[in-house]
Amino acid sequence: MIETDILIIGAGPTGLFAVFEAGLLKLKCHIIDALPQPGGQLAELYPKKPIFDIPGYPEVLAGDLVTNLMEQIKQFQPGFTLGETAETIEKQEDGTFIVTTKEGTQHKAKAIAIAGGLGTFEPRKPLLKDIEFYEQENRGVDYFVKDPEKYRDKNIVIAGGGDSALDWSIFLSNVAKSVTLVHRRNEFRGALDSVEKVQELKSEGKIKLITPAEVVGFKGSERIESLDVEINGARMHVETDYFIPLFGLTPKLGPIANWGLEIEKNAIKVNNALDYQTNIEGIYAIGDVNTYPGKLKLILCGFHEATLMCQSVYNRLNPGKRYVLKYTTVSGVDGFDGTRKEAEKAVVKSID
Amino acid sequence: MTDITIKITDRNGVLHEVQAPTDMNMNVMELIRSYELAEEGTIGICGGMAMCASCQCYVLNDVLKTERNDDEEAMLSEAYHVKENSRLGCQIHLTEDLDGLEIEIAPEQ
Repeated sequence: MIETDILIIGAGPTGLFAVFEAGLLKLKCHIIDALPQPGGQLAELYPKKPIFDIPGYPEVLAGDLVTNLMEQIKQFQPGFTLGETAETIEKQEDGTFIVTTKEGTQHKAKAIAIAGGLGTFEPRKPLLKDIEFYEQENRGVDYFVKDPEKYRDKNIVIAGGGDSALDWSIFLSNVAKSVTLVHRRNEFRGALDSVEKVQELKSEGKIKLITPAEVVGFKGSERIESLDVEINGARMHVETDYFIPLFGLTPKLGPIANWGLEIEKNAIKVNNALDYQTNIEGIYAIGDVNTYPGKLKLILCGFHEATLMCQSVYNRLNPGKRYVLKYTTVSGVDGFDGTRKEAEKAVVKSID
Repeated sequence: MTDITIKITDRNGVLHEVQAPTDMNMNVMELIRSYELAEEGTIGICGGMAMCASCQCYVLNDVLKTERNDDEEAMLSEAYHVKENSRLGCQIHLTEDLDGLEIEIAPEQ
């Protein structure tokens, strides 16, 4: 069982920044996210797109903001349970919570901060007969690349026309035995450098492109052996070990919707006059996942909500304890890893 | 700049005639959200980047003269429930020449 002070559900910018604010108050955090990497929407949907309304950054790429947040929180040593979906919550008699993921990992925490954004990202699946059979138990259909090593020296087919299909094709072309990219159109849509790189790898024979084409069926009794691909009305047969459809992700509030929280317009109602706590004491909701009068779904608002949430958790865990807000410039930052960041001392010296 | 009138059929088949501002840099997806004609969380999920198709609409008359742009075309090629007259609401900018536009919101993805 993983134990922590604040269990954060969602590794987007709001959840990541909460680790920093919690750390200043000596509270430890652990984060669960359904995606295999931290960053939430920023990493999954638009890593190469700029954001213009983060205070102090005239312009920052979404992916860079995530990298910076990870750097900012690293001395507070957050734990991560990635690629798993929080499914059930149990409130214990002593006021702590036990959250179990769909995959069975258990987490015990003194407070819960749901920073789930739009919800759990679920893959958009191609509508194909028998696909449910092949997506189980390593039978060959994967919707995420969780561990690239799994595909070493294997034949893989990726389907899709966006950034993730392009980027994984590029990455896996160095790992897999062969990479075939199937897309419905001749045009791909992604960052210019990704499209150019795939073009280059295609010319070098490292990626095979099949367009405009669509995977229409599978063959294989125990697991996938080959795919039926339709190209210009004709059928072709492509032997493969893995089929990875990357058609984007749709967010769903998911199992959290059954936790007994008050929900309005697909978002969790919170007390915005105080601390962003939900109707269940000890469970908070911060960032895009919550709602209250005047709510704005902005990253900068999520940062603010995370900060107030941490103060509230501190007060709940340390009732009556005297505490005043500290400024990092004055007090510095003491990491759980023993590091200390502090302002350089000014000199006190006479000038002749 | 004046308001224009747009007719929107929601996902339950109910017709709404709404007034849309043309001076607020808004698009059809945002107009639908501002009148809450589709449940929050089921429309405009990607925020308007043509990356999710949750704001797909069917254009019902010929007021709209622009064609799908490249991003829109790419997204619609992978979306569900797509018809000849499908567009992404987030890619239709509200301008004065769209007065009288009639659209229907496509089913959820």
